[in-house]
Amino acid sequence: MSEGATPPPVTPHRPELSRRSALLGLAAIGGVGTAGIGGLAYAGGRFPADRLTPARFADRFEQVYGKHAGFRRNHAKGVSASGYFTANGAGAAVSRATVFVPGRTPVTGRFSLSGGLPDAPDAAPTVRGLGLLFPLPDGEQWRTAMINLPVFLDRTPQGFYARMLAAQPLPGTGKPDPEKMAAFLAEHPETAKAMAVVKRHPPTSGFDDSTYNALNAFRCTNEAGDTVPVRWALKPAGPVRPADTNAPPPGRDHLFDALIAKVAQNPLRWRLLLTVGRPGDPTDDATAPWPGDRRTIDAGTLTIDSVQTEAAGNARDVNFDPLILPDGIAASDDPLLSARSAVYSQSFTRRAGEPKTSSPVDVAKAQQTQKGQ
Amino acid sequence: MSGTEKFGVLARVLHWGMAVMVVAMLFIGAAMVASPTAYDALQDVHRPLGMLILVFTVVRFVNRLRHRPPTLPPAMGRWERVAAKGSEYLLYALMFTLPLIGWGMLSAAGYPIVLYGPLRLPGLLPSDPALYAMLRQAHTVLAYLLFAAFLTHACAVLFHTLVLRDRLLGRMGFRMTFRRG
Repeated sequence: MSEGATPPPVTPHRPELSRRSALLGLAAIGGVGTAGIGGLAYAGGRFPADRLTPARFADRFEQVYGKHAGFRRNHAKGVSASGYFTANGAGAAVSRATVFVPGRTPVTGRFSLSGGLPDAPDAAPTVRGLGLLFPLPDGEQWRTAMINLPVFLDRTPQGFYARMLAAQPLPGTGKPDPEKMAAFLAEHPETAKAMAVVKRHPPTSGFDDSTYNALNAFRCTNEAGDTVPVRWALKPAGPVRPADTNAPPPGRDHLFDALIAKVAQNPLRWRLLLTVGRPGDPTDDATAPWPGDRRTIDAGTLTIDSVQTEAAGNARDVNFDPLILPDGIAASDDPLLSARSAVYSQSFTRRAGEPKTSSPVDVAKAQQTQKGQ
Repeated sequence: MSGTEKFGVLARVLHWGMAVMVVAMLFIGAAMVASPTAYDALQDVHRPLGMLILVFTVVRFVNRLRHRPPTLPPAMGRWERVAAKGSEYLLYALMFTLPLIGWGMLSAAGYPIVLYGPLRLPGLLPSDPALYAMLRQAHTVLAYLLFAAFLTHACAVLFHTLVLRDRLLGRMGFRMTFRRG
């Protein structure tokens, strides 16, 4: 190559170097270097230190619940599930996603309780989650993470972040600091309103008869190219019983044990309901319910016929990122969606690199105990 | 004259086009993982832009091998030449590996790799969370290394151009150059 060749003698056609121009040149270089490093540090959220980044979100979960290697930072306690979704074709009215074409799609799921403790004692008021992954033809996927609340408690990621600290149980009472919570609610009237809605919908007896809501709005587009706002939910096909909060069943894992026993008896079924919003219905506020008279499409049945202890290759290794969507379903302008995607990814990255310990929810052990009874 | 010799037109177009893409990519990558609200939108740009950079890097490298670059300023010493050439190949290596690691790490995480709309890439690697965690870490470390290499490269060229005034930058320029003397 030419650079390797002996350099020709220095040619003297360089302009004169003056101290002034050399110093100016050096200053310009220093400026470029500093601007580059500073700019990237700013873009990367290194400063200001109080900027809300997905990493600081995950840190807050660790701060509130402690760090539990290998487990999700939120909804840490859970069990893997599998089954299938049977579409009846009605969903095609609003979405061209292949999952709504009549037929069966296998499903990987995960039932969970909110909070960052993988061995927290089950309690009826704890928020229940159901994450689902639908593998679709041609490498497409639909992932959704739903909970049993009728509305979400926060409108913005900042609200969620602040509420986590305000709602942190005090070591003495096991309850949040009432003053902190009151101050938070005064600043976040939308959360106070959402809490009132939640109060009117007390939890059901277990995972099997809970309604799971996606809460965030999405935009569905059908074959004709028409796009409408949609919120979806899974409604239990069987009877619904209220939770007995006066005499909760004993046992740290009573909700999971009951789920394991129910699935062993009969497959569990839910109807997938797509609620279609009308112009003016809020799509960027998960705390605000839509009017009750909105059109609802029953798109098919979810059947869960097996649950498994979390392990390599099952739901343990799935990040139920709400923005992994098939063609025909897209994100709305809800600010929570991008934030959920970012923070879930942060949680997944952290736990993926950590050593694993077995989940406290052990399906085989629960089944053995149940057989002995 | 060595001072007026230039890289080929394709090399110059690729150089400046990719300079903009790579710097934008580094900032998008850093901002994406740090912003809860912009994460989704930036990711939608980050993935296809990364693949575009991968394709352009291959085209550019082939073009580089097929064409002799203009000579370096005669005043450059032996070690300066080694450093210039080494950093050039380091930049090529990073621009080639970073998109591949990104592609591989999304495969290892089990995500569908959406480029644009229905356009998706096949998985490069089997699903494996531990492998994902390793590649994800490598993606960050190598991206910062690329940024450091880019900044060093830019500052070194500026040093030659503004302080030494040896017209090194002119080899990549588009302006008509004229011979002095």
